[in-house]
Amino acid sequence: MAVPALARRGADEPSGPDDAAAAADLRAPSPRSWRRAFGDIKAAIDQRELWGHLGWQDVKQRYRRSTIGPLWITISMAVTAAALGGLYSQLFDQPIGTFMPYVTVGFMIWYFISACVLEGTETFIANEGLIRFLPAPLMIYVFRTVWRQVLFFAHNLVVYVIVLAIFFPELTRPYQMVHNGVMHPGLGWSALFAIPAFVLIVINGLWVTLLFGIIATRFRDIPPVVSSFMQLFFTMTPIIWTTDLLKGGRAGSPRSIVDFVAKLNPFYHFIEIFRAPLVGQVQSWTHWAVCGVITVVGWALALIALRNYRSRVAYWV
Amino acid sequence: MVSIDVQNASVDFPIFDAKNRSLKKSVLGRAGGHITDAKVPVVEALRDVSLSLRQGDRVGLVGHNGAGKSTLLRLLAGIYEPTRGRAKIEGRVAPVFDLAVGMDPEISGLENILIRGLFLGMTRKQMESRVDEIADFTELGDYLTMPLRTYSTGMRVRLALGVVTSIDPEILILDEGIGAVDAAFLEKARDRLRDLVSRSGMLVFASHSDEFLVELCDTAIWMDTGEIKEQGSLREVVSAYKGRDLFDSLSPETMRRLDLDPGASSPVTSNGSTTAPAATDADAAAKTEDETVGLP
Repeated sequence: MAVPALARRGADEPSGPDDAAAAADLRAPSPRSWRRAFGDIKAAIDQRELWGHLGWQDVKQRYRRSTIGPLWITISMAVTAAALGGLYSQLFDQPIGTFMPYVTVGFMIWYFISACVLEGTETFIANEGLIRFLPAPLMIYVFRTVWRQVLFFAHNLVVYVIVLAIFFPELTRPYQMVHNGVMHPGLGWSALFAIPAFVLIVINGLWVTLLFGIIATRFRDIPPVVSSFMQLFFTMTPIIWTTDLLKGGRAGSPRSIVDFVAKLNPFYHFIEIFRAPLVGQVQSWTHWAVCGVITVVGWALALIALRNYRSRVAYWV
Repeated sequence: MVSIDVQNASVDFPIFDAKNRSLKKSVLGRAGGHITDAKVPVVEALRDVSLSLRQGDRVGLVGHNGAGKSTLLRLLAGIYEPTRGRAKIEGRVAPVFDLAVGMDPEISGLENILIRGLFLGMTRKQMESRVDEIADFTELGDYLTMPLRTYSTGMRVRLALGVVTSIDPEILILDEGIGAVDAAFLEKARDRLRDLVSRSGMLVFASHSDEFLVELCDTAIWMDTGEIKEQGSLREVVSAYKGRDLFDSLSPETMRRLDLDPGASSPVTSNGSTTAPAATDADAAAKTEDETVGLP
């Protein structure tokens, strides 16, 4: 058969443009469809070996030529926790045995959250080369970014274990952060609540990375804006200070207003659900409720963005 | 079933310059109520492209620089989804584009092989079992443990070709960059590519090299300013594109190897059904001494 394949088939094809369009409609779903969006997520989950490997690669990469490698992550966390915990326990007149674990856990989870937000905005921009040259689900890069943060977090967890070992006696009995303030029960089995809390935070890290990643790829002003806001949020969030200090103000007093404003900060609630169990503090279910609502709303927005702009990211990077 | 169907597809690139790409224009522009020319300029890289490829097709893509060859390849690879029209790709795609990009220069060749393989849908186990074969084929030896930034362009091409040909892709998409390797390796790669295409799938290949096109493809598409100008048998299309008979430029040695007869009918003369001059699937596979290719 010497007739060229293309020419041969061309004759059999429906020639009318209407026929062709109708046939295409039946077979190829529109780029903006829920099926394609969820298909993207599923395909990325199936390729977990890929983003798992890329995430590890990123961690190793950062410390490629250093002798002790990723141990630096742990060391820098330990130095920060020791310095700030030590300093602020004196400034706020806090017993170091309970304040040091408080600051350590707060920092650990803040690092994770802020890295998800900051590196989330860069997630597609940083993977520009891969996106433009290899066909792959978009969510691969989201998973890669968040997985990398989980690995960093795991390195930082070592610091918590060390701090816990040192201050175990102080932390396991009831204590107060503020004189005549809230009485905290001390560390107990409720510490296990930190596990679902971390899972919830990771789930939120995913939507943040996806949504901010898509927006920032289109509008390149977003990363610097986000990074300056994160600095502000760091001060606003009770990490090196405690909301116990704000309790007990009369209604309408400046203290109660600040207390109210602090509660509007979404980061506060996420930090609290993770930190309170790990340092044996009183846990309020309102934090879980707020985090739950944010998770649902955030994922809804991120899925809409994925559905509508998934196919555009390759054009924008 | 391996297939690619593209219907009336267009690819438009929005070009955001620094101003357009910021929120400022979207936000302030609306507030002012006076929109001058807020529209983002658009580059129409592909316009109204329709084509349909099936298993066994080996398509060469020709056209001037900027004619839309690479964009079409990316559309066929599923990297760009058409802004208008539809594209449906079925089968496992392995693209080889610009070789510097998509590989991490800081990690070793071996790691890059693994990552590339994972991207193309393989598992880690499958890739580990292929590493020796790839090392063998690319002849890079101990170099594979060196960071990729120490590789020459040709070595990168070897690596990329080694990976895509080892994983049995169903749709192989090659951009012109693969010309950077030396002649000996080229021969080896060519045999492997032909073998691969005859075994499993489909090849779409953009190239300016006549020899390459003749070796690997049997049909061709001529792209011009984002549109398909002509598509059909390789000889017809490339001859029309170059303005001279494709076979004139081939060395006698190539002609002999491919069993082509330079004196065969010119593509425009005889009776249509028997003019396909280039290697078809049948002769590619058989490679016999049959003198009658292209003759009535």
